[in-house]
Amino acid sequence: MKPTLLIANAISKQFGGVKALTDVSLTIRKGEIYGLIGPNGAGKTTFFNVLTGLYHPNGGELLFEGYKLRASAPHLAAQSGIARTFQNIRLFSNMTALENVMVGRHVRTQAGVVGAVLRDPQTRREEADIHRRAEELLHYVGVADRANDLAKHLSYGDQRRLEIARALATEPKLLALDEPAAGMNASETAELRVLIEGIRNDGITVLLIEHDVKLVMGLCDRVAVLDYGVKICEDVPAVVQKNPKVIEAYLGGSVA
Amino acid sequence: MMTFSFDSLRQDKRAAIAATVGIGLVLAVFPFIVGSALGNSWLRILDFALLYIMLALGLNIVVGFAGLLDMGYIAFYAVGAYLYALLASPHFGLHLPVWIIIPCGAVLAGIAGALLGAPTLRLRGDYLAIVTLGFGEIVRIFMNNLNAPVNITNGPQGISSIDPIHLGGVTLAKPLSVLGITVPSLHAYYYLFLALALLIIFVSIRLQDSRIGRAWVAIREDEIAAKACGINTRNIKLLAFTMGASFGGVAGGLFAGFQGFVSPESFNLMESIMILCMVVLGGMGHIPGVILGGVMLTVLPEFFRHSAGPIQQALFGKILLDPEALRMLLFGLALVLVMLYRPAGLWPSTIRRREFSSGTDKEGA
Ligand SMILES: Nc1ncnc2c1ncn2[C@@H]1O[C@H](COP(=O)(O)OP(=O)(O)O)[C@@H](O)[C@H]1O
Ligand SMILES: [Mg+2]
Repeated sequence: MKPTLLIANAISKQFGGVKALTDVSLTIRKGEIYGLIGPNGAGKTTFFNVLTGLYHPNGGELLFEGYKLRASAPHLAAQSGIARTFQNIRLFSNMTALENVMVGRHVRTQAGVVGAVLRDPQTRREEADIHRRAEELLHYVGVADRANDLAKHLSYGDQRRLEIARALATEPKLLALDEPAAGMNASETAELRVLIEGIRNDGITVLLIEHDVKLVMGLCDRVAVLDYGVKICEDVPAVVQKNPKVIEAYLGGSVA
Repeated sequence: MMTFSFDSLRQDKRAAIAATVGIGLVLAVFPFIVGSALGNSWLRILDFALLYIMLALGLNIVVGFAGLLDMGYIAFYAVGAYLYALLASPHFGLHLPVWIIIPCGAVLAGIAGALLGAPTLRLRGDYLAIVTLGFGEIVRIFMNNLNAPVNITNGPQGISSIDPIHLGGVTLAKPLSVLGITVPSLHAYYYLFLALALLIIFVSIRLQDSRIGRAWVAIREDEIAAKACGINTRNIKLLAFTMGASFGGVAGGLFAGFQGFVSPESFNLMESIMILCMVVLGGMGHIPGVILGGVMLTVLPEFFRHSAGPIQQALFGKILLDPEALRMLLFGLALVLVMLYRPAGLWPSTIRRREFSSGTDKEGA
């Protein structure tokens, strides 16, 4: 069996009276594509926010590569190797596509004010590396031709891909994608699928929230299902699909 | 092909050198032209324009780059000015040289920037503006009241007889003789201020194209996404407050030495707003625009002050409106016109300019 990358241990999160997550535990192994699905409002995005340090959980802990992640310290989560995209794309709109990805390199680079002002050889080298790596990543996700356009002028699909490039720039071990196919047409979704598989083949573990059931079932090694903040099932897609609780959660969701 | 590109490179380089030399010459003789054509009052205005360029560039780091609306920026100018006044005047009997005071002023203002910035880290936009406005006023009120029980700032009377700026044995208060050319005091101040303004411009440009500069802009654009990219937003914001404030501290020290007198009245809210206008009007986040904004907003009010009376005389044969009132009216009108017709500022960055024109294109379509 593959070694473990992330263990979530009884994570809970409440917003006032709303229990967005209740004792959610799950284990993600290195190199897999792990799906997180569930009806709208099930708590998937909330789990991402706890994982990446944007929300402070009310209970539970996260172990990443065996080390406890500090709660609500997003920059430390990124430093440990967790990168993410957002359900509602959050790019730096008035920066170019290239600059967006360059910002992603922040956490793996050093230069401070003194280096910036003096531009010593080491800083120059680092800056050149940032630039080169950002260009490579734009190529990798397929938006190299828009490198010098403002992020907000990119098409929707390109913006989603750019966000993935920015996340990859942080050299993650775990890439968390929040509904990356939302709003994409069939051919864009097919391209996205190739991209995600490529990322996994490069050795990066992928945590995927997705509504497109076909995409999830075709792509993921294992899937966890959340319903009203509770994990109701965690298994390989073929088993999850047949789980009566899952069927009910989805049918209940779509009827309501 | 290769030779062609090398040639054009060399040509570019030659053009750049020529341009630098040209601009350098213009800047070098500029005070003599202004002095002889317009007189000493305009020379003083020119010196002040350089101080305001430094201030505007400092605030530009906070507001333009990092997107933190700071309405109390003048406080750091005050810190630099009072430090100079206390360390180089009969008030405490200290007469330290400028090369000690100005760096200390930069550091002290930087620390003040971090201290005032720290409690505001969770605030944005309007809330941040209100709190920083309060901080700016608090600093002024401190200066106003730190005269009892121990007299530190001399209260509302301010500190006078401040030493003019002196370097080594040379004082800028009297005409200097350099290589047989007599350089009057106002000219000498101009060269000193110009040197420091150029230094601040250089630092601003370097910071903008750096890892730190990108982190600032990222925070301005989307703080949550910036955090998710691994930016320690708390530290990077404090760094913006510190850097911006330190520029203000430098300008403040120079101001005190130049003016020979400081009082709390010089550091009121109106001054903070004026510097903010320079940044916004010039073109937020765009260094050449901010410099232009600093020059325009220093020169325009003075121009209106000097011309409001004579123009009325010429047109109506008598003065109908008080020049001072008319000056502010015209100035306000100019601001409104700029914001109406150049919403991105007088000189926005090319990307932002493209932005606004493509916006109108879409409206047209
Ligand atoms: N910041 C917040 N404040 C209050 N309630 C929230 C917040 N974020 C999420 N919620 C609530 O938590 C529940 C789970 O939301 P979310 O995690 O976004 O669901 P999903 O991503 O699975 O659609 C919903 O009921 C939502 O209204
Ligand atoms: Mg969601």
